[in-house]
Amino acid sequence: MSYEDATTTLDHETREAIDIDRSKGDFTFPERHKYDAGRGLSEKTVDYICDVKNDPQWVREFRHKAYKIFNEKPMPTNWATKDLENIHFDDIRYYLSDGEKPKRSWDEVPEEVLKTFERLGIPEQERAFLAGVEAQYDSEAAYSNMKEELTKQGVIFVTSAEGLKEHEEIFRPWFGKVIPSGDNKFSALNSAVFSGGSFIYIPKGVKLKQPLQAYFRINSESFGQFERTLIIADEGAEVMYMEGCTAPKFETATLHSAVVELVALKGAKIQYVTVQNWSSNVFNLVTKRGLAMEDAEVRWIDCNIGSRLTMKYPGVIMKGRRARGEVISIALANTGQHQDTGAKMIHAADETTSNIVSKSISVGEGRATYRGQVHIPKHLKGCKNNTECDALLINSHSRTDTYPAITVRGNRHATQHEASVSQVSEEMLFYMQQRGLNEGQAMSLAVNGFINDLVREFPMEYSVELKRLIDLEMEGSVG
Amino acid sequence: MITTLPAWFTERQQAARARYESLPAPKRNDETWRFSNLKQLDFAGFEMAASNASAKDLIARSHGLGKTAAKFVFANDQLIHSECHVAAGIVCLPLADALVSHSDLVKAHFMKQETRLGSAKFAALHEASVSNGLFVHVPDNTEVAGTIEVHHWTCGADTMGFPHTLVVTGKSSKVRVIDIFRSADELSPGVVIAYNDLAAGQNSQLDYVAIQAVNEVTRVIQINETSTARDASAKGFILNIGASWARNESLSRLEGAGSRSDMLSVSIPAREQEYDQRTFQHHVSPGAYSDLLYKNSLYDHSRTIFSGLIFVDEGAHHTDAYQTCRNLLMSDTCEANSMPGLEINADQVKCSHGSTSSQISDEEIFYLRARGIDPVRARQLIARGFSVEAVERLNDEATEALVLGFIDDKFAHIASGGA
Repeated sequence: MSYEDATTTLDHETREAIDIDRSKGDFTFPERHKYDAGRGLSEKTVDYICDVKNDPQWVREFRHKAYKIFNEKPMPTNWATKDLENIHFDDIRYYLSDGEKPKRSWDEVPEEVLKTFERLGIPEQERAFLAGVEAQYDSEAAYSNMKEELTKQGVIFVTSAEGLKEHEEIFRPWFGKVIPSGDNKFSALNSAVFSGGSFIYIPKGVKLKQPLQAYFRINSESFGQFERTLIIADEGAEVMYMEGCTAPKFETATLHSAVVELVALKGAKIQYVTVQNWSSNVFNLVTKRGLAMEDAEVRWIDCNIGSRLTMKYPGVIMKGRRARGEVISIALANTGQHQDTGAKMIHAADETTSNIVSKSISVGEGRATYRGQVHIPKHLKGCKNNTECDALLINSHSRTDTYPAITVRGNRHATQHEASVSQVSEEMLFYMQQRGLNEGQAMSLAVNGFINDLVREFPMEYSVELKRLIDLEMEGSVG
Repeated sequence: MITTLPAWFTERQQAARARYESLPAPKRNDETWRFSNLKQLDFAGFEMAASNASAKDLIARSHGLGKTAAKFVFANDQLIHSECHVAAGIVCLPLADALVSHSDLVKAHFMKQETRLGSAKFAALHEASVSNGLFVHVPDNTEVAGTIEVHHWTCGADTMGFPHTLVVTGKSSKVRVIDIFRSADELSPGVVIAYNDLAAGQNSQLDYVAIQAVNEVTRVIQINETSTARDASAKGFILNIGASWARNESLSRLEGAGSRSDMLSVSIPAREQEYDQRTFQHHVSPGAYSDLLYKNSLYDHSRTIFSGLIFVDEGAHHTDAYQTCRNLLMSDTCEANSMPGLEINADQVKCSHGSTSSQISDEEIFYLRARGIDPVRARQLIARGFSVEAVERLNDEATEALVLGFIDDKFAHIASGGA
């Protein structure tokens, strides 16, 4: 068996093998929107959203200012893919909702919406292991609920709209502070037209044992979803937040551009888990950043399986002494997909440590990119960073890129960066086939082994789901 | 002399001049100039000028290996000394002479590759302004015994120089060339835009060493283009110890199957020195091997930038490509920027890159102190050993000794003696 033969015969089979169950999210219900901002973006669209949402004046000003920044900022195509030019901002619908408030009980949720989330298994998961759930359908949340005892402890888990109105005194000081509107073109866009997303506040010393979950669903064609999430963990608090997302496969491109800001005050710990499974027509351009104060920890656990183009570089600004930042990332890029992911670690205090582990798998003509930034400025001491990125190429047209940038000033720090590119070796497959596995099963096992140590970082329920998602259900598909 | 230049060359120079003038200057958000200090690119007031230094004096100071196959000394791109003992059939000439006597041969290889690492504008300026340098052509199955050594001196204030090195090897041949860049005095600011073009023919071995030791008020841009034919092996080494600011762009194109490129560099910036290095390992053919090792020891307020890319073309299967950049941080005010990149478009490849930045660990100092070595000396030894690892890859004792001589001289000129 020559190597060449192995790759050609494997081609179709491995594609099937590595492919995941994308059909789960691929269904749609007819649209029935009371509020529709129409296509295209202008000052009027921004005002329309403000009016529908009954925004306070300061939010209206915030949106208009951001809209100006959005218009002024160029597309980042000097370093990013030209595919961004295929986003037609004039064709996108920026706000769609039925005007209903999010429901506290699934029984009150409109039938189609309920069916949607039932098919995605959300109510079931909520009963099984979640402390609270928010389910967003197009622009606004359809359902938002949290276990009663948490409310008693002072935990706030509401939509961002409710957060900025009902909890302004906590919300406003941090809103737009971790990620200013002008951070990049898409954070400006989000700031101008945001709707939906969560606001979470965990009071001092409260440690949530079970995760909170948000689920984002796009149901309408040519729609742009711009949710905005702000999580504040007060001193010594701990929270895990998980988000999932799906959309049906439409003919036209859909845009998802979220902004997520995390604030971990002294000694707090925030874990943010994402399993992104958008359909392959979604542009997923997300800005995510956390601020970690003294002894605090922010962890981003990120899995990107879907979308046409994902550009997402979760970041941590370590502002307090001994703060810690971590990004664990898995990306799977299939034909027609570009997973452009990475991490940003900004060390801004002594003895801060950060860790980045990124693994990507490119299948068919898929392209996976790692882009990272590690910044350790002057006059700090004892900062450490570790970066590892590994890429696995499955087929001969698969593509992978790595572009890290590391700046270290002064001699009291240590950084290390390592990256490797490899493929499943012929010997490994041969060895497993010797032991009775067929080629498909062998490939499946090898790929799972490649990401196994990262999958374990996900919460148990998710890692099972993930394994199943990435699990190369090869039995039957390979002869 | 000018009148006898071939027409093709004059035309190329005119076209390059037009290109230089039309190309935009690098901008802050150009990826190829990320982290760069663009203020360094203002060359206004610098001009080409005849040397005002004593030729006799410069020739006397042009000591290198001692025993060479050929030796040339240039002052501001003017030849002031030459000796050549290479065998018949080997062309080893100043570029200005080769342009006249071997016009077609030079034409076939002169500045063939596109400069893609950011300095296209300055490559055009070099092409428009170049007047001399070295041209070597080694015919098939010929080995140049010994090393060809070239000294480039920059003399007088506000002068600009454009040294050029073009080395072409035929099938199964072998050659080693060393360029040494220095300034006649320590105080005259200058600009050097050097270009070296290395074309390694089938199964040949081409070694090139550049020693950049100009004074610390001179700025340097060095552009390297290497191409390797089937089973060829090219080795490029750059030592940076001089200049206030130096930019190196090294591009290796692995054109032939089974070819190999070693890209090596040692940089020891101190005081306010800044080194900006960009590299590109371009795997065009399958089964080629490239290995990059850059070692930087940073002192005082110095700054380095390393940006490297391994690029594997579609179809370049069975590629082995490695890239390592190590920064040894010797002061609390130095800054190291690393951007090690990979772009892989083929499978069945083995690629890796690593970049580290750290200081000498207390354990290492303790180990040496336990053996009776004082801490300052211990740090000097470790820092030197750090650079030696890359120098040893030159695999030629005399060349290694020459490079280490320059390194020791640099350490002697650092306030702490390199500790």
